[in-house]
Amino acid sequence: MTDLLAARSQMAMSLAFHIIFAAVGIAMPLLMVIAEWRWQRTREEVYLTLAKRWAKGTAILFAVGAVSGTVLSFELGLLWPEFMSYAGAIIGMPFSLEGFAFFTEAIFLGIYLYGWTRVRPRAHLLAGVIVAISGALSGIFVVIANAWMNSPTGFEIADGKPVNIDPLAAMLNPMALSQTLHMTLAAYAATGFAVAGIHAFLLLRDRKNLFHRRALGIALLVGGVAALLQPLSGDLSARAVALNQPVKLAALEGQFKTERGAPLRIGGVPDEAAGETRYAIEIPYALSLLAFHDANAEVKGLEAFPRDQWPNTLIVHTAFQVMVGMGTLMMLVALWGAVRWWKRRRQDLTENKWFLRALVLAAPAGMIAIEAGWTVTEVGRQPWIIYGVMRTKDAVTPMPGLVVPFITFTLLYIFLAAIVVWLLLRQVAASPREVTAGKESKERKEEGEQGVVA
Amino acid sequence: MSLELIVAGAMIVSLMFYALLGGADYGGGVWDLFARGRRAEAQRTLIVEAIGPVWEANHVWLILVVVILFTGFPRAFAVIATALHIPLTLLLIGIVLRGSAFTFRTYDSKRDRVQQRWSRVFSIASVITPILLGVTLGAIASGTIKVENGVVTSGFVSSWLAPFPFAVGFFALSLFAFLAAVYLTLETKDEKLQEDFRRRALLSGGAVGVLALTVFLLSGMGAPSVRAGLTASRWAVPLHLATATSALGAFYFLWKRRYALARLCAACQVSLILWGWALAQFPFIVEPDITINSAAAPRATLRLLLIALAAGALLLFPSFYYLFRVFKGKTAFSVLSEESKTE
Repeated sequence: MTDLLAARSQMAMSLAFHIIFAAVGIAMPLLMVIAEWRWQRTREEVYLTLAKRWAKGTAILFAVGAVSGTVLSFELGLLWPEFMSYAGAIIGMPFSLEGFAFFTEAIFLGIYLYGWTRVRPRAHLLAGVIVAISGALSGIFVVIANAWMNSPTGFEIADGKPVNIDPLAAMLNPMALSQTLHMTLAAYAATGFAVAGIHAFLLLRDRKNLFHRRALGIALLVGGVAALLQPLSGDLSARAVALNQPVKLAALEGQFKTERGAPLRIGGVPDEAAGETRYAIEIPYALSLLAFHDANAEVKGLEAFPRDQWPNTLIVHTAFQVMVGMGTLMMLVALWGAVRWWKRRRQDLTENKWFLRALVLAAPAGMIAIEAGWTVTEVGRQPWIIYGVMRTKDAVTPMPGLVVPFITFTLLYIFLAAIVVWLLLRQVAASPREVTAGKESKERKEEGEQGVVA
Repeated sequence: MSLELIVAGAMIVSLMFYALLGGADYGGGVWDLFARGRRAEAQRTLIVEAIGPVWEANHVWLILVVVILFTGFPRAFAVIATALHIPLTLLLIGIVLRGSAFTFRTYDSKRDRVQQRWSRVFSIASVITPILLGVTLGAIASGTIKVENGVVTSGFVSSWLAPFPFAVGFFALSLFAFLAAVYLTLETKDEKLQEDFRRRALLSGGAVGVLALTVFLLSGMGAPSVRAGLTASRWAVPLHLATATSALGAFYFLWKRRYALARLCAACQVSLILWGWALAQFPFIVEPDITINSAAAPRATLRLLLIALAAGALLLFPSFYYLFRVFKGKTAFSVLSEESKTE
């Protein structure tokens, strides 16, 4: 393994690990706040139990997200010092703002988690709202920095160095809006569906459990709305990519030839040597239509770009198919839920066994879509670290033996992931059983005030 | 004062808060490892309760230091991250293990062997991480990281694998343990526990003195220009006097069991040590080739960064005040121990 490949692998692994915790850290506080708000409005004890349970899950995931995020902020320099040396002054700004958003999040999460009996109910709820907002802002700022790597603006180049730096223009780069929107919605959709899937699974075994029914309702509301909106933001993203990174669009669609009225390919295996994508289902004109909102628009194929500027087409195209497939699955399930809810308002969604099964099936879909989408945007930008400006191989540290930290962090993260899953399973296993509308108070007693320390 | 100087100052302020708050959290882990005697469990519980609500927020000061460094002085960040790749990577592993072990322990509600194992991981990582942090700062001050045309030429090992950086590492550990012990005397009303941590504070305060002397002696060889700054500058004598006064004050008030004043003195002592180092190293970010001026980002970036820092501070300090007020009560900002007794 070359040092460059080791550095790329370590960065990819660190991000793949962190992104799950980051997404959950964005969306989970919203679920928890909705549950607490319902508790304050309805005084149904089950909502309080739910808020406290979700808060515990959030605490575990936030802590791991915080430390793995710390690792990333250092890794920018440890692995890519030339990139940071070049870009620090241009895109340090969103990272600084992220720092403050993260500060706010950590402070008010501390108040939320440990302050159940120490601050007034209204202040407690407000602390949760601040956590939810600052969590979303943290994610948005970091994605803005990534968007800049895809569409670098806010500087000029003289003698290979950036001059006339305008950090605000860099933040307002052309990919910023579409990427932040897409990622934020993805976080809500993925987390909402993951949580809904867990509670649907438990509901299938314990059909009358009020705790899980309430939980499912909130998670599905957040995840479902996001999953229904996501195709719109996907359209925005596709058009931004078509405009700003045509070679990435060509790679993710497996489009080798430049043509008018380009077809949309579903599935298929791109063959770089042969210059074509085999075994794909082609929908005529659809790509031109989607990318440029014009069925006859010209789509640039990979052939329009020098061979050494192609990303790995097989990986990018496959990852894109996976992302879209998972997104579509979630959208359809959300649509099914929305239609059912609309048609028979009086009937609880959780009555339908098949719907619950669909939710279980869709539980991992969002997280898979996030990983796949991240692969599309990162691998799709290669060989560049700053699109069109700096190549990844020119950014890497001269440090030898990078395979060692790569393996070390991989093992460390596998270990942490296993522990987190085990801890969350223990949490889920300890869910209240057989809570029906009349029997809540007993559960409440068992839960006690352990939320303060436990 | 130039923009880059204010940004550099803000970075040291962040580092100071990290030492005073995050550092004490590490120190808590140290005393978890050395919890002894009949009250060992009570000591551990006190530490957990003191750290629990605040450590995540305290930890962010480190992120802020890194972010200011790479936004304001990108070249310095690149050089430090390249030359000190190995200790920084180890530092990160320590941070990851400490943070996750603490959380796993807190949220795994079963009090069994697994939980004890997390406790052990947390406390060992709390001992090792400050040493690595000190090693990093020691290497930066040592003047052995050489840069030519923006490229690190001094290799990846020799600058930090030396007596001076490690002396700084153990010095940092002793400071954090000292801070934690002093703070912990104010976290409980149980006089026996207070006595436990008073004794630990006095002991670790002694260790701070011995290690400070060690660092100073080794600096002749290990960091000559910082040593020169610390001895020959105009501000050297007043600074050392102020630091010594704080240190003696901390001892005196610990002895007299006036813990809030002891805390104030200890915090002053640690801050002055940090500022002393920063002043002695001025104008270098990395001795001897990277200065504040040479590594500074363009004015447009610095100006915007300062605006963000100012706005952030307006948001941050009230939030921090609220956090500490909620969990540490009236004693959080008081200098009078008496209040802690009446509370």
